Amino acid sequence: MTALSRQKLTQTRETSHDIYDVERIREDFPILGQKVNGKPLVYLDNAATSQKPQAVIDVIKTYYATENSNIHRGVHTLSERATRAYESARSEVKRFINAQEDREIIFVRGSTEGINLVANSYGRKFIQSGDEIIISWMEHHSNIVPWQLLCEEKDAVLRVVPINDDGELMLNEYEKLLSTRTKLVSIAHVSNALGSINPVKTIVEMAHSRGIPVLIDGAQAAPHMPVDVTEMDCDFYVFSGHKLYGPTGIGILYGKAHLLEDMPPYQGGGDMIKSVTFEKTLYNVVPYKFEAGTPNIAGAIGLGTAIHYVNSIGLERINAYERELLSYATEAISEIKGIRIIGTAKEKAGILSFILEGVHAHDVGTVLDHEGIALRTGHHCAQPVMQRFGVPATARASLGLYNTREEIDALVRALYKVIEVFR
Amino acid sequence: MSDLQELYQQVVLDHSKRPRNFRKLEDANHTAEGYNPLCGDHYHIYLKVEDNTVKDVGFEGAGCAISKASASLMTDSVKGKSRAEIEILFNKFHDMITGKVEPTSAELEKLSVFSGVREFPVRVKCASLAWHTLRAALDAEGKTVTTE
Repeated sequence: MTALSRQKLTQTRETSHDIYDVERIREDFPILGQKVNGKPLVYLDNAATSQKPQAVIDVIKTYYATENSNIHRGVHTLSERATRAYESARSEVKRFINAQEDREIIFVRGSTEGINLVANSYGRKFIQSGDEIIISWMEHHSNIVPWQLLCEEKDAVLRVVPINDDGELMLNEYEKLLSTRTKLVSIAHVSNALGSINPVKTIVEMAHSRGIPVLIDGAQAAPHMPVDVTEMDCDFYVFSGHKLYGPTGIGILYGKAHLLEDMPPYQGGGDMIKSVTFEKTLYNVVPYKFEAGTPNIAGAIGLGTAIHYVNSIGLERINAYERELLSYATEAISEIKGIRIIGTAKEKAGILSFILEGVHAHDVGTVLDHEGIALRTGHHCAQPVMQRFGVPATARASLGLYNTREEIDALVRALYKVIEVFR
Repeated sequence: MSDLQELYQQVVLDHSKRPRNFRKLEDANHTAEGYNPLCGDHYHIYLKVEDNTVKDVGFEGAGCAISKASASLMTDSVKGKSRAEIEILFNKFHDMITGKVEPTSAELEKLSVFSGVREFPVRVKCASLAWHTLRAALDAEGKTVTTE
């Protein structure tokens, strides 16, 4: 860190009423204290998955040690306790994204399953031959392939909103694609490969003015900015627990209650029924209609605790901190000769994708790993984005609430090492 | 020598920057395409096979330093060899990069520069992509192989 930037940081800290004590926050994450390849771990792969605070690790351990039981079934004490913990996690999620009712929160395995649920349930019922579904060029494969599968089955058409050279969604082109044939819009809140923040409220408004429902993929947004589904007015919103400092295998599908009511079940099994005979089965009410089988109870409780943890710091503050860190990182990396940043949208979340001239991203990743720096290299499950920018792969540093300027400085030093090796 | 220096030896870097036999063979009678979906490495291998022997070999494509250098050095080392000889060489090479055997420079000759790969398990696919593609080209024409 330069003397000037250190001074700037000190000033920020002194003038702030509420100090963002990143060193204190780091102590909550036991994994961050370790060394990798003999160097202090610098974890910059938060868009892939985030690390877990001790509180989340502890609550999962405590659940299995003291409360483990199946939910919504037994009359015994443990089952009641497990049910209460699971359902209070649902309420925690409801408050977190400002949904109207608990039943609008469906526990799924992650964002991918949330999108697949909507494609399979809503899509199969309401999408017909010749209908159109709109996605964008910056989608993760999980917001492309489920719709392709549906379109193939229903003989429907997938339409793709293009992006400009900065990696921003072209709203004028989106407007042109909206038509009477459009039956659903599904777009990322934040691009995982570029970091672009999409104007989701406008996207929803434009679709709603034509009566078209909208799904927003919030996998890369929920951990980094306040999300208010009521204000956004989206019809569906998905996000993953493990990117939000919670466990893997748990995620959320939010859906407006009246839409969920109209949708057929996604999977059949226990807990999703009211009564079963061989002649007729009555389905359970929302949200249980969509939660067949024993769910990931510990995961849901872990996610509830992760949300509680994030709230204890405050998403506004996390957002402000990460934005400042992103601009520091962008500036520092841009100064390196031969670096090209992929994704230069005006509105960006903490994702910095780049290529280093003459060195393949995979080789960059290997050298950085050797320096203890964990970041993602490859196509980030967004191959159309790579094709759009004419690169086979990028290196991607993605920030979390515990990253520091010192870590960015370590990344810059390691990138100079890459240049030295491949000179 | 550190692990990293052993992985990116000068010979490897040289071949990745100036690959040998980096051309399409117009008179190829066996070709195959190889792709590593993990990192996007993508190569075409062209072979001219006569009397069960590789008379000429060329390759095109793009990828990381390890995959490109491996393709380059492979083309140098298989020219003039029979299908059976290539198979033996591939097995020795694969055993070396996966750490099953210690590098034996005499038999593998220049290919032993890839011995450092054994310390980087995720890079084994990079080093072996060209070889899998070569074997696919020998087996059948126009087939795409992936490392997955």
